[in-house]
Amino acid sequence: MRRRGGCALTSGPGPSEAARTDQDLRREVIRRGLGIAVAVGTYGLSFGAAATTAGLSVAQACALSLLVFTGASQFALVGVLGAGGSAVAGVATALLLGSRNAMYAVALSGLIPMSRKRRLLAAQVTIDESTAVATTSPVPLAGLGFWTAGLGVYVLWNLSTLLGAVGAATVDTRALGLDAAVGAAFLGLLWPRLKDAPRLAVGGALVAAVAVPFAPAGVPVLLAGLALVPVLVRR
Amino acid sequence: MIWAAVLATAAGCYLLKVTGWFVPASVLERPRVRAAAALLPVALLSALVVVQVFGDGRSLVVDARAAALVAAAVCLWCRLPFVVMVLVAAATAALLRAL
Repeated sequence: MRRRGGCALTSGPGPSEAARTDQDLRREVIRRGLGIAVAVGTYGLSFGAAATTAGLSVAQACALSLLVFTGASQFALVGVLGAGGSAVAGVATALLLGSRNAMYAVALSGLIPMSRKRRLLAAQVTIDESTAVATTSPVPLAGLGFWTAGLGVYVLWNLSTLLGAVGAATVDTRALGLDAAVGAAFLGLLWPRLKDAPRLAVGGALVAAVAVPFAPAGVPVLLAGLALVPVLVRR
Repeated sequence: MIWAAVLATAAGCYLLKVTGWFVPASVLERPRVRAAAALLPVALLSALVVVQVFGDGRSLVVDARAAALVAAAVCLWCRLPFVVMVLVAAATAALLRAL
């Protein structure tokens, strides 16, 4: 539909040429969506391994990836539970980390027109990666980028979670250093955001370090959220 | 208990996502709300690194996990893929423990 309109209005390049550029753009958006899906999908291996190392069953690891489907929150929940933290502290940390997805959805709902029913489905694949691809694609193709990246990551994330969980469930995770890999995974998730607020990262780490001897497991992480207060007050 | 946590997290995370798709943009698009949602992960993730790497019950210790973290940072600095970084970190800890 869009192509027809484009051709009628373009005076320079011939109709076939405009159509070809459009095709190229679409292909480029799909390629980026699938590329990020392959790259991120493999994190699922480390998540699955982290989950079973923390004491979750394979089914619980897979349920998290199928139902929660937002990496940092999933890692946080298994991290807190694995450290002996309470379920409440684990869930609270996971939800605080997941709150950014609500902001992503606001941005996307203004960018991609969608029926109400479709939005219910889109919500589940509203994550860092699908938002990144959608918001960096040409506006008419934002939806294509969103769905390609969102569904692509969903499929690969869940497959690799299963593989990682089954793999780690059958080996001695401590001897293989898989518990140490969880800290590395958190650092990997933090890394791209570090340049936005390096002092906040240091503040959060300090609050957590100070709180560890006094607070039950999981609570130091929640307290670290307080490091945000001075930043917000200054705005 | 773990199942309850899994399901509560699932319900809560979906609710957060779906809220953004249905509320009028003006409600969530205040600068402070926006900044909080964008910056909160920075504070929480760095706290998670500390607890995961140095936490041992109620005390902080430096062991093979710290060496693994340094190895991971080097990998990230060199822009190696996520999976490679995680594998190098695990291998570093495994090696130190085997010595």
